[in-house]
Amino acid sequence: MALPSNSPLVELARSIGSGIAAGYADQVDNDARFPREAVTELKNQRLLSCYVPKSLGGHGATLTELALMCEELGKHCGATAMVFAMHQIQVACLVHHSLTDSFFASYLTDLAHNEHLIGSVTSEVGVGGDMRSSVCAVELDGSSFVLNKNSTTSSYGAEADDLLVTARTSPAAPSSDQSLVLLRKGQFTMEQVGNWNPMGMRGTGSAPFKLCGRGQALQIMQDPFATISSRSMVPVSHLLWAATWVGNASASMARVKGFIKQQARAKPGTLPPTAIRMAELAPNIQLLRTSYRYLLTEYEEILSNPQRHEELSTVGYAVKMNNLKLSGSHLIVEIANKALQICGVAGYKNDSKFAMGRILRDSHAAALMVGNDRILNSNANMLMILKGD
Amino acid sequence: MQDKIRKILRDHGRLAVDVTTLSDTSDLYQSGMTSHASVNVMLALEGEFDVEFPDNMLKRSVFESIASISSAINQLKN
Repeated sequence: MALPSNSPLVELARSIGSGIAAGYADQVDNDARFPREAVTELKNQRLLSCYVPKSLGGHGATLTELALMCEELGKHCGATAMVFAMHQIQVACLVHHSLTDSFFASYLTDLAHNEHLIGSVTSEVGVGGDMRSSVCAVELDGSSFVLNKNSTTSSYGAEADDLLVTARTSPAAPSSDQSLVLLRKGQFTMEQVGNWNPMGMRGTGSAPFKLCGRGQALQIMQDPFATISSRSMVPVSHLLWAATWVGNASASMARVKGFIKQQARAKPGTLPPTAIRMAELAPNIQLLRTSYRYLLTEYEEILSNPQRHEELSTVGYAVKMNNLKLSGSHLIVEIANKALQICGVAGYKNDSKFAMGRILRDSHAAALMVGNDRILNSNANMLMILKGD
Repeated sequence: MQDKIRKILRDHGRLAVDVTTLSDTSDLYQSGMTSHASVNVMLALEGEFDVEFPDNMLKRSVFESIASISSAINQLKN
């Protein structure tokens, strides 16, 4: 799919990014607080529901548009971009897997009118970071259920209107037999049971929570979580996360360019000593951008053809998407680190217009949000059986 | 062939239930086989039946039951 360079949605995200998100980014980072101003504006502009099909009242945005919006937000506030990305991952799971289900179609219509922020509760105490494993279970009693879960990290868990929660399908089910369950505002309590004072991505509020929820059986998605995970949650996560990192990388380059230009103006006619490093930085940004966009285009092609959907459940596809996460999370740290070296002390100072601190700290979250070692282990296992590379 | 597949599932599938209680069409993933364990099952199957699963067969639906596994192996054998 061609990149929609003139998409009004991407334009809106650009404007919110360079305006409100940029204006509060340092305060959000300093105070480790939710970027409420930017997220409120995303709601006001009806961007939280933009991936909902037009037939249900949304904008019918493409995944490519979502990714470019993440890039735009990521240029100015990593936390805003990541909250937007994580919310859209939840929306994508609903849109890809539940459009024909009357309850969820009605929920998406409501989302398009009321711009609910959807949080994700996939992590859990006792599963060692494995999203495809649950301790908690959906406890059905007639047509209603109870669901209690101790999460290790639930991003914006204190701010989310609604939640998508993984759990075993029943108390008798094995840990890997999971469902994805929607809990709506008023149906749950989220008690924060730990602090959130991290190194970076401070505005995402990814603290541990104790969740207590109740709902109706029709709020349990019909597709097994195994299918939702491999076909939507994992690929869309890795694509949109990579898009936010590209935004982060662009922010690094913008500071570098500003710094080098300032030096060049001070000594007209001479190339500043670190300008060559700027030229070294550019290929890494290009690599990060092109690698995720290539996979994004491929994913959209597969999505548009139901006969190809099973390709998304293959070992080869899982390895490929994991590779994107691994390479992207390495590249973004390299990029941010190099940008700091180029800007030197001007980048090291927090009160400088070339300050790299927040960007560099945010970039280190990339390798940790779903730990790269876990992904490497998983890929090592899968590569043993995969014939291609 | 089903018996050999059951033995492999018992040794490598890390199922949450006794493999003898499974029918040929029981869902192995619902019986507790993880993605990680399924790779070990695939490796053992390739060794036991002297076949190589091409990459387009390395997907959940091929390994979801004893019946689907034996069908895949038969397809490769022929």
